[in-house]
Amino acid sequence: MTRHLTSLALAALVCLVLASAAQAVTIEKIVSPSGIHGWLVRETATPLVALNYAFHGGSSQDEADKAGTANLAADLLDEGAGDLDSATFHRRIENHAIEMSFQVGRDYFHGSLRTLNDHRDEAFGLLGMALTKPRFDADAIERVRGQVLAVLRRETTNPNNLASRSWWHTAFPNHPYGHEARGSLETVPQIGAADLRDYVRRAFARDGLTISIVGDIDARTAGELIDRAFAGLPAKSDLKTIPAATPQGIGRRIVINLDVPQAVVTFGGNGIERDDPDFMAGYIVNHILGGGSFSSRLYREVREKRGLAYGVSDSLVWFRRAAVVLGGTATRADRTADALDIIEKETKRMADNGPTAEELAAAKSYLKGAYALSLDSSSKIAAQLTQIQLDNLGADYIERRGKLIDSVTIDDARRVAKRLYGGGMLVTVAGKPKGLASSGTAN
Amino acid sequence: MTSISKLVAAAVLAAALAVPASAEDGKVADYKLPNGVELVVIPDHRAPVVTHMIWYKVGAADEVAGHSGLAHFLEHLMFKGTAKHPAGEFSKVVARMGGQENAFTTSDYTGYFQRVPSADLKTVMAFEADRMTGLQLTDEVVLPEREVILEEQNQRIGNNPRARLSEQISAALYLNSPYGRPVIGWRHEMEQLTRDDAIGFYRRFYGPNNAVVVIAGDVAPEAALKLAEDTYGKVAPRASIPPRERPREPKPIAARSLTLADPRVEMPIIERDYLVPSFHTAKPGQSEALEVLAHILGSGSNSRLYRALVVDKKIAVAAGAWYESSALDDTKFGVYGSPREGVTLPQLESAIDAAIAEVAGKGITAEELDRTRTRLIADAVYAHDNQASMARWYGSALTTGATVKDVENWPDRIRKVTAADVQDAARQWLEKQRSVTGYLIKDTSPQAERRS
Repeated sequence: MTRHLTSLALAALVCLVLASAAQAVTIEKIVSPSGIHGWLVRETATPLVALNYAFHGGSSQDEADKAGTANLAADLLDEGAGDLDSATFHRRIENHAIEMSFQVGRDYFHGSLRTLNDHRDEAFGLLGMALTKPRFDADAIERVRGQVLAVLRRETTNPNNLASRSWWHTAFPNHPYGHEARGSLETVPQIGAADLRDYVRRAFARDGLTISIVGDIDARTAGELIDRAFAGLPAKSDLKTIPAATPQGIGRRIVINLDVPQAVVTFGGNGIERDDPDFMAGYIVNHILGGGSFSSRLYREVREKRGLAYGVSDSLVWFRRAAVVLGGTATRADRTADALDIIEKETKRMADNGPTAEELAAAKSYLKGAYALSLDSSSKIAAQLTQIQLDNLGADYIERRGKLIDSVTIDDARRVAKRLYGGGMLVTVAGKPKGLASSGTAN
Repeated sequence: MTSISKLVAAAVLAAALAVPASAEDGKVADYKLPNGVELVVIPDHRAPVVTHMIWYKVGAADEVAGHSGLAHFLEHLMFKGTAKHPAGEFSKVVARMGGQENAFTTSDYTGYFQRVPSADLKTVMAFEADRMTGLQLTDEVVLPEREVILEEQNQRIGNNPRARLSEQISAALYLNSPYGRPVIGWRHEMEQLTRDDAIGFYRRFYGPNNAVVVIAGDVAPEAALKLAEDTYGKVAPRASIPPRERPREPKPIAARSLTLADPRVEMPIIERDYLVPSFHTAKPGQSEALEVLAHILGSGSNSRLYRALVVDKKIAVAAGAWYESSALDDTKFGVYGSPREGVTLPQLESAIDAAIAEVAGKGITAEELDRTRTRLIADAVYAHDNQASMARWYGSALTTGATVKDVENWPDRIRKVTAADVQDAARQWLEKQRSVTGYLIKDTSPQAERRS
């Protein structure tokens, strides 16, 4: 009881008001009875609790010859834990309509949990078992390994996967960021139960844990739930250090021959780190060049004017030890060279001249307004809070974000456009593009 | 396509299980304007944003034979400007708001949506009302867009053997219904689509008396009604809109099978689709029983097919089942599986047959029925957490012959499904002569080698 009171006393209230919004997302910083920190947003409109959390140490923790270890562990966490075998564990989840999922990225292990209020104790209890007592039974390992391998085999003739894999392998040779989180046909068969246990032991710990909860609960209940799931974890993680890296192969073009009607193109180069003072300028400039809306330069030039592709876009992708700008499109074989030419021309034009003042104003307006759309459901808010914490942006980021966007000047935009797009690109193409061959040399 | 299970339950759930934030949240309002526009408002005041959608009751199944892909082509062309607003202006305005927009087409409906700050709702409604009848097209914008849809066909179907298999199965399953035509179209017909085709189709089907507007989010129903009256309410109805009567399927009498061989296939698949009633064509209770059956047979790790084929017999890496309930005409119930290495597709097919025969012969357990009902009703509560999903579910229901009331009553109907209903559904509908079985295999012939 005393411990509960202590944790309540520690809870700090930070009230954040969305720019030009009638509603507020109020973040409470909470501490569980056992001392685990988390962010809570109270949401009384729906009778559910949404949890989003992350551990440091994703697929970059895999040994090169056992790439896919973290991913296989994640796929196996709901295949039995403690005294519950796989079938029993799955039944308990479904009988209570619990949604539990795990996902591995290069830097982090991500998890999410959604439960009706009535079943939240059961949900957090099952999650705790999955994280602290995964069984990794031999038959489950072989079954799930077979599923992973079947998908990897299918991807050997999928142009999207081939172009993307080639890009990452070439950009990050001999670096953990170069391999797919799911590993490869060569590495996945090498992973044993001991490797899975070792990953869990090294990564699932309280010091590398980030927690966000949104739901119809108070701080005290949230703290109890946090402990139910996470208090049984060891205090310290044991992760290997990942060296910093910059993408290689800039200026190269790699064509992978595949008999498909449409060639798939991946392109990109050096990006901009999340904690770089120029990040927001880069984010805006990228939005203007190839961001997701129907107004980007690439969309207009490649799709609207010429009908060369159904989709074309690029985005900033950042990691803890590297950052890239990465884009893609898919075009028919006899026009692939034209599409690439336009993408390269538009990229260069952006590097040379930057955006216009009008484009900058429109992009700022979009990016400020669009943020509210990423905060309109419990699950989305929880995911957003986790990202803000992982990026070390602070609990006032939602409030500050508008000002950060507004403070980017046209000179900032031009300077950062040159920095982002002036360095050239690595391009990979899977298909049979007419008149397009591999060029440039490996360094 | 959306499953009706989620679709429906949504509204009710708040009443049944939730404590709404305000008395108004979760109460769905339904209006009809004098010119025929139906308006559905789903209040959700948690964030200052709205999802605004307009659904036209027209889709690929309403095309004239020989012009496949036209409904979807027109959807793309709807972004090409009107007399009042030149091409790109609407999108630019939405982008300035920080809004998201897109559109979609199925066999039964075509939808357009914007997700914007609630203060901007009226603006997007005005733009959408303007392009309801004001579209203007020239070859200058139509011809490049035809290239875009051909690239979309490549991306969705041409580059994807699994999608090619599904396309072939549908074409074989529907003997008479236009559902056998791919929504994206057949390439040789898409290549011939013209500006006049698109404008003709538009003038025939687009108008207030063929539209459902769904608004979910931070707006009060009366306020939304006023906005709708000021925008959509001013558009004159179209006289030309024909009744939705498509050719119906005859009674299926022959089990059909097909094999698609493609050199790119590294993961063989068996998929079998049965012709079954949709929510709209079913007798009371039938569609709900099929929904429960699909879940028990093939949704997730506890399902019959997954447990039998993947876990116990260890002959498959994937297996499942699904049911598309929201369709105006008779629809599909599908089962599928992918074999482990060394297992053949006929072996897998026999095991699928056995799992279906077991449900048809011995029925389901009380525990399976309970678990499924819990899960389906919970899905609806989860759905309530997302305004865009809510809007989509109501829209797809109302454009495929269901009413708001049907949507609201759905959980009660699901609760009434008995184990005997589910067994009967398996017996009655999962008969082989109602189905097409498709195999997707690797093409290892020499021609295939030469082509690559």
